[in-house]
Amino acid sequence: MSDTQPENLPATSAAGDAQTPGAEVVDQRQGMFGVRGTGDTSGFGGLRRQVALPGGTPKPYGGWFDGATERLEGLLGTDGDGAIEKVVVDRGELTLHIKREQLVEVAQHLRDDEALRFEFCSGVSGVHYPNETGRELHAVYHLLSITHNRRIRLEVSCPDADPHIPSVVSVYPANDWHERETWDFFGIIFDGHPALTRIQMPDDWPGHPQRKDYPLGGIDVEYKGAVIPPPDTRRSYN
Amino acid sequence: MTTTDPYATTRDTTEGKVFTVTGQDWDSVVSGLGDEPEERIVVNMGPQHPSTHGVLRLILEIEGETVTEARCGIGYLHTGIEKNMEFRSWTQGVTFCTRMDYLSPFYNETAYCLAVERLLGIEDQIPEKANVMRVLLMELNRISSHLVCIATGGMEIGALTVMTIGFREREMTLDLFELITGLRMNHAFIRPGGVAQDLPPGALDKIRDYITWMNKHLPEYAELCNANPIFKHRLEKVGYLDLSGCMALGISGPPLRATGYGLDLRKTQPYCGYETYDFDVPTWDTADSYGRFRVRLQEMWESLKIVEQCADRLAKMEGEPVMVADKKIGWPSQLAVGNDGMGNSLDHIKHIMGESMEALIHHFKLVTEGFRVPAGQAYVAVESPRGELGCHLVSDGGTKPYRAHFRDPSFANLQAMPILCEGAQVADVIVAVASLDPVMGGVDR
Repeated sequence: MSDTQPENLPATSAAGDAQTPGAEVVDQRQGMFGVRGTGDTSGFGGLRRQVALPGGTPKPYGGWFDGATERLEGLLGTDGDGAIEKVVVDRGELTLHIKREQLVEVAQHLRDDEALRFEFCSGVSGVHYPNETGRELHAVYHLLSITHNRRIRLEVSCPDADPHIPSVVSVYPANDWHERETWDFFGIIFDGHPALTRIQMPDDWPGHPQRKDYPLGGIDVEYKGAVIPPPDTRRSYN
Repeated sequence: MTTTDPYATTRDTTEGKVFTVTGQDWDSVVSGLGDEPEERIVVNMGPQHPSTHGVLRLILEIEGETVTEARCGIGYLHTGIEKNMEFRSWTQGVTFCTRMDYLSPFYNETAYCLAVERLLGIEDQIPEKANVMRVLLMELNRISSHLVCIATGGMEIGALTVMTIGFREREMTLDLFELITGLRMNHAFIRPGGVAQDLPPGALDKIRDYITWMNKHLPEYAELCNANPIFKHRLEKVGYLDLSGCMALGISGPPLRATGYGLDLRKTQPYCGYETYDFDVPTWDTADSYGRFRVRLQEMWESLKIVEQCADRLAKMEGEPVMVADKKIGWPSQLAVGNDGMGNSLDHIKHIMGESMEALIHHFKLVTEGFRVPAGQAYVAVESPRGELGCHLVSDGGTKPYRAHFRDPSFANLQAMPILCEGAQVADVIVAVASLDPVMGGVDR
């Protein structure tokens, strides 16, 4: 392809266009139209842009976010230094990035402390960022405090080479099936889960289907002589 | 009784003798057990069993008639909806998620669209009429969903009239859906930015007829069931789960409200303007299957109240927009309901094909490519008929969701099945599972 030959690539792809300082770069987007493998001679195929999620937010966060974060930091004490890797306030939602070793401790405080009191865990959702080296797999927990009518998000990451995150079933028994689902779909091993088995896929299924490196699958559909490829190989836009 | 039924064979495994029972062949099981039968029997109920509400497999360890251990086997209806959504545009995502919990499609659509709107930062720009239509459809949907729960739950314990009248009223609700959205289910009607199209002519009259009909016929359920001694015997003190059990297991919706705690996201964290409607959150204090039935019954009345208020508001909103004003997001065409379902508006086709090249390009770009959503993540929860339905969306700034995950209340609530059933009779398992109202499309996604 003309747009992938070295002389056509931009001089520096790493320098430059990170949108906000501290933003979490998870991927790099190529080209303008998201179409790969066509003879694009427009030059736009050489475009490189960073895909960055909102970065850490400096204090003050606003509203109850400050009080709750400080309370949690106080409860964790000096042992818990660095347990909260990053605080992100985005679109009115508070996200705490937690170091995986301290997840259970943090969850215990969030549930039991009367100023925090996040009694209700809406489960865990896995996200796979294959190009975020060392933090490929994320487990995202959504907690609800019924007492204070607040929501908070905990995000924990682990490398693909060591996909272990401690289970919070001892704190939130409701997460039993949710963690099994995340193991099933993403291959995150929740240490300490009472019975971490597959839940949606058959027991002998190879692979973890919702990871980005797992293909969607599908076959060509032929209709009146025209062939339509399956959605993952179809021309698309990014 | 035949002893050579090919579908009811016996084989020996390492775990013991396995019988396939297809009904009325207990004699062959008893004779097959030999002289020293094992005390412990593991019964596989499902996945194909009418009273397991879809393809739910219950694994029951029984002693006599008593269930000593119960587990769920799920996943038989897993269709990879979340994965598929990663390969379609943000608007097309609605078409997928509406198929998850097929008894409450509008809640799936709303949760997803609210999450997309939060990511886009256009939550405040949704037209008032779109919000009222969303509430209208959701509350009609709550009625139709609860009707199915009560109807099938009644059928399973032999209350066939409850089933027939339940589906009669549900049909009236689905007729309204068909009139408004063009389809009885899988609507994909609520879209990021608003709803797909305006209310069709005559819809308000039909809604008023519906309200009159429901006011007349909803009392029949109470008359048939509320004080019916057989019905009460089957439901009372069955499937008991108190407030602390609900909290530990993350149970929401009618099972939680049947413990006397009126947690309802429509009240505590209102969305779509729920704070402007007058309605109550019914509770019951028995924490059993009967309480859940009464909560659902009362919720239908409250939903009817909201539907009535929506109809009054919509009567004053004729001609107002139902899609966000931002042309980079709002679907370019007003669709029209044809006699074969949803179709394109002829006026719009005339405009793009005959009058404006720019409109054609805009239409083409927005429909084939879609819009881009700024990178980030959002979690939005709505109160579905079964409890907290949450949607976690991650965007990488592209035209497709990077990750879509749904916290389906059926999935979470079904975790309570063992605690509801263990120690009870086999017949109570049916009642207890029905009182959780799991929909396997939502459980397995």
